[in-house]
Amino acid sequence: MKTSTGVKKHGTLFLIKKNYSAYLFLLPKLILFITFIAIPVVWAFILSFQEYKVFGSVWAGLDNYKAVFESEAFRKALYNTAIYTVVTVPFNVVSALVIASLIHSVSRTAQNFFRAAFYLPTVASMVIIAMVWRWMYNYEFGLFNYIIGWFGADPINWLGQTDSALWAIIIMQCMIPFGVGIILYLASMGSISESLYEAATIDGASSFQKWARITIPMLKPSTLYLVLLSTIGSFQVFTQIILMTGGGPGFATETIVHLIYKTGFRDFEFGLAAAQSVILFGIILIVSIFQFKVLQHDE
Amino acid sequence: MKTTSFKMKKPIVYTLLIVFSVVSLLPLYWVFSTSLQLSNYQDEELDRPVSYVNSNPPKMYPMGIPEYFEHWKKARDAEEQNDMEQAAYHRETMSHIVDNTFSGFKTLFEKNNMGRWFFNSFYIGVVVTVGILLFDSMAGYVLAKKRFPGRNLIFWLIISTMMIPGQVTLVPMFIMIRELNLMDTHWALIFPDLSMVFGVFLMRQFMYSIPNELLDAAKIDGASEWKTYWKIVMPLAKPGLAALGIFTFMNVWNSFLWPIIVLNNSDLYTLPVGLKTLQDANLASFKLLMSGAAIAAIPMIIVFLIFQRHFVKGLTLGGVKE
Repeated sequence: MKTSTGVKKHGTLFLIKKNYSAYLFLLPKLILFITFIAIPVVWAFILSFQEYKVFGSVWAGLDNYKAVFESEAFRKALYNTAIYTVVTVPFNVVSALVIASLIHSVSRTAQNFFRAAFYLPTVASMVIIAMVWRWMYNYEFGLFNYIIGWFGADPINWLGQTDSALWAIIIMQCMIPFGVGIILYLASMGSISESLYEAATIDGASSFQKWARITIPMLKPSTLYLVLLSTIGSFQVFTQIILMTGGGPGFATETIVHLIYKTGFRDFEFGLAAAQSVILFGIILIVSIFQFKVLQHDE
Repeated sequence: MKTTSFKMKKPIVYTLLIVFSVVSLLPLYWVFSTSLQLSNYQDEELDRPVSYVNSNPPKMYPMGIPEYFEHWKKARDAEEQNDMEQAAYHRETMSHIVDNTFSGFKTLFEKNNMGRWFFNSFYIGVVVTVGILLFDSMAGYVLAKKRFPGRNLIFWLIISTMMIPGQVTLVPMFIMIRELNLMDTHWALIFPDLSMVFGVFLMRQFMYSIPNELLDAAKIDGASEWKTYWKIVMPLAKPGLAALGIFTFMNVWNSFLWPIIVLNNSDLYTLPVGLKTLQDANLASFKLLMSGAAIAAIPMIIVFLIFQRHFVKGLTLGGVKE
């Protein structure tokens, strides 16, 4: 009895000493993590309530947040980012599902070939993709105005006018295959039990019914993951914006992250930029929880 | 072959797949096609320089290819008729065509800082990848296999930050890097990249599958912790390390937002930053820009084609937990 309480009393310290090597193994990553992630995250929250000055910042309460929500640029950015997300996320996830289903039904060799063809554009940096789309959208010599010319349409100043610029960015995002989605769906399809389909065949289900009633429900965990992943990604849209439109014309293609970039590193309004980034985090968190609840719920 | 999906007629499936993949690959094709297009090329019939990059309707493939073969044929015919002067003329034109086709790449390396940018991207990618593989596998190993006070707290602390968008840390990190006097240095890129936590999560998942018996056996044989990790754990973790390594390198190679904030000196640019300044300068032709884009894309395409297997593995490891 005596010894057992003794062990308990010194238990933690004893275990720490005994496992000191485990802490040494963790040390390098932990130092990096604390310095370059944990501290900056906490700092961002603090900064968002301050007016930043090089020699001592001043508390500003909710002033930054008020200023952010009152600014037209931020409202436009929020609106544009929302439209962009609402259109591109469903389009990308559904098209990944359709393409993966098509790939899944062909032979092994063909599967490998098409999987590569659809994933390849994903490995090229968004910088490259944005630069080439800007070129393809070129008014005078671009590929797209030539292609729409086949159908008798007049050339469009895709990126240069208020009412088409955001849609040009959205169309571009829809045309880039969702490589991660296709590969994940393919992997998940491979692990659906064959017996389910055999049972359905005996019951006389058509192949489309089997797809709609077995495949899609069985893929739900992947769908949830992919919806969350692409939503988070699309709220952070930046590279296309800075390289193709710079947020313009006017605020026509302003997005949240591009605005954070401008506020923080062109205007050096650190407090405001920090508040914007905390709001972005809040939005992503709320939307993720909402999607998680909805997609989990409708069993 | 499983019958898990559409059972459409095969020709329809193939037609759809081919059409979709052509659409999907078109932009990359256009990068390469434009980068190799003839520009400022002396046209014989028109007797003036023409640029096929800026042409309406657009030229669908590098015009140097048909031009080259035409002159090659003419040169061969002339040689057969022993017209050496004519043959030499066509041979010379052929070399002009080759020069013109690759002129974008040449200009980038000779007049812009492309060689430097490429090297910077490459070595930063290697440094970060090696560091991440080492630190994340060490952390993942003990988080998966050791029991010690604070283990769960540390793990959840690290994982919870994975959900915070990277932009949140931009401003504080900028202030911090400035205070540390690391502005406009490669340390400003390397340190934050080394702190990415995704690999810890991935490695921990992977290390679970290593049998405890092996680790116990090593312990009984008197192997030190480090030796166990280095000689037993690391070799077994190779597939996971390969996947993590490829993704880390690709992320670093393609990273853009943070580098454009902290780098100002052209000698220090990474490739994506260099490409942006090239475009901003507004002097570069689309041929030059697409040549730059091609140079940035080629290494990733090669890496992907060689390590395709690991890409699939890495994506499914991080994505689906079954």
